[in-house]
Amino acid sequence: MEAVKQYKETDMQAENPQLEQKVWNHRHILDLDDFTPAEIDLVMQTTDAMHEILSRPIKKVPTLRGKTVVTLFYEASTRTRSSFELAAKNLSADISNLTVSSSSVTKGESLIDTLETMEALGADIVVMRHPCSGAPNLASKHVKSSIINAGDGWHAHPTQALLDMYTMLKYKNSIKNLKVTIIGDIIHSRVAHSNIWSLTKMGADVTICGPSTLIPKGMDNPQPYFPKVKVTTDIDKAIKGADVVMGLRLQLERQQSGLLPSIREYAKLYQITEERLSKADKNVIVMHPGPVNEDIEIASSVVHGEKSVITEQVTNGVAVRMALFYLLAGGSRNE
Amino acid sequence: MAKKVIMNEADIKRTLARIAHEIVERNKSTDNIILVGMRTRGVPLSNRLAAEIASFKGTKIPVGILDFSLYRDDISSRDIPLVIKSTDIPSSVEEKVIVLVDDVLYTGRSARAALDAIIDLGRPLSIQLAVLVDRGHRELPIRADYVGKNIPSSRAEEIQVRLVETDGIDEVAIIPKPEREG
Repeated sequence: MEAVKQYKETDMQAENPQLEQKVWNHRHILDLDDFTPAEIDLVMQTTDAMHEILSRPIKKVPTLRGKTVVTLFYEASTRTRSSFELAAKNLSADISNLTVSSSSVTKGESLIDTLETMEALGADIVVMRHPCSGAPNLASKHVKSSIINAGDGWHAHPTQALLDMYTMLKYKNSIKNLKVTIIGDIIHSRVAHSNIWSLTKMGADVTICGPSTLIPKGMDNPQPYFPKVKVTTDIDKAIKGADVVMGLRLQLERQQSGLLPSIREYAKLYQITEERLSKADKNVIVMHPGPVNEDIEIASSVVHGEKSVITEQVTNGVAVRMALFYLLAGGSRNE
Repeated sequence: MAKKVIMNEADIKRTLARIAHEIVERNKSTDNIILVGMRTRGVPLSNRLAAEIASFKGTKIPVGILDFSLYRDDISSRDIPLVIKSTDIPSSVEEKVIVLVDDVLYTGRSARAALDAIIDLGRPLSIQLAVLVDRGHRELPIRADYVGKNIPSSRAEEIQVRLVETDGIDEVAIIPKPEREG
């Protein structure tokens, strides 16, 4: 709690009404590459206010009464979907969950047609997860509702990256110069991609680590389309002195194509263990977007150990999503 | 029309001292009072009232901060979302006398939002409202229990309250309305 308080007090922008006017410029949340540091700051600050609501006995405010949120998930999800659902309910929005397997999508309805139907039914905000990268972007060009990307293919998972950043701020004073190490299946991880955008924008020192087959080529070279990060295949080097160690789910369903010799070999070389963590900063926190493959990418004792903030990430996820709903609700239908 | 100063630093200090006495007089015991500042300028005012009361009564009254933005009735008509911050009230509001503190009472809509925000936190014994300035033009059936100064004003004017803590100077002034009202 202390860390966030300090962070808020140094943030002058909120006290200055002139600056407030220009800060928020989003009708959709597609990825974090087009967010400014000031916008990320605004999300963090709003999240803090929402987090306070979650600590109340009655976790409900009337802010989004009369607004309708629809979740449209073309991929399996438990925590992300319930997190969005609870966030909407805490703000008194009406929510409808469209389960693709039991909808007209199975009869061959196209994505755009489904969205137009949702809009005709009065959806103000559509939360969407899709296996194809870029699907939410396409959707945002066809409908008036606000689209929130809840994960698209290998591309982006912006709400996860924002909740990760909020969790870091609960323990660390600032993101600037924070040493963040992301370990595992980088290439398939939309979580890693969105985190790299948001963390580098806020000045973190990001290292990615994994077997070379699971790291996109050219990540260590400065390039115009992606921020620069440090890359290593040596996990001990990656963890040394780190303030934050983030594990990623080894996407077992995506390992058919021979990228890894075996899961066991991966676990031996890249598992986040107590021993490896002992080389990190003494106040290191360990994060994971879940669901966890225990004893594959991360040791069970670490998941449940005292450095782990994994369950806290889940709670913070609700607060972040409440903040985003709030920020999208103002004037979203007036354009 | 030029800016016209209505209250200066000494006026504000004297007024707050009077309100502090009124709060104590009216509530008999100060044991279960919580002063709650409505963001933004109600916050320094509530701290000053607590300091005044401490100076003559010797008891420190708890002070809280309320952000009622989530209870406003104009959220979806705004193009740009308001920055919201945490509500921070030092204890449960159950069975407490809540004194809401704000700088200006105008339409009453902020007070309505603040009332709802407090009631969502629990069931206080009572809720009272203290304002530095009452400028009239109510749109809801709301009145203040403690008023620093009644300033009859036209809707074409704005009452500008500035405080050392937020604006670097203590002053209440009437100014012609700027183009966009906050």
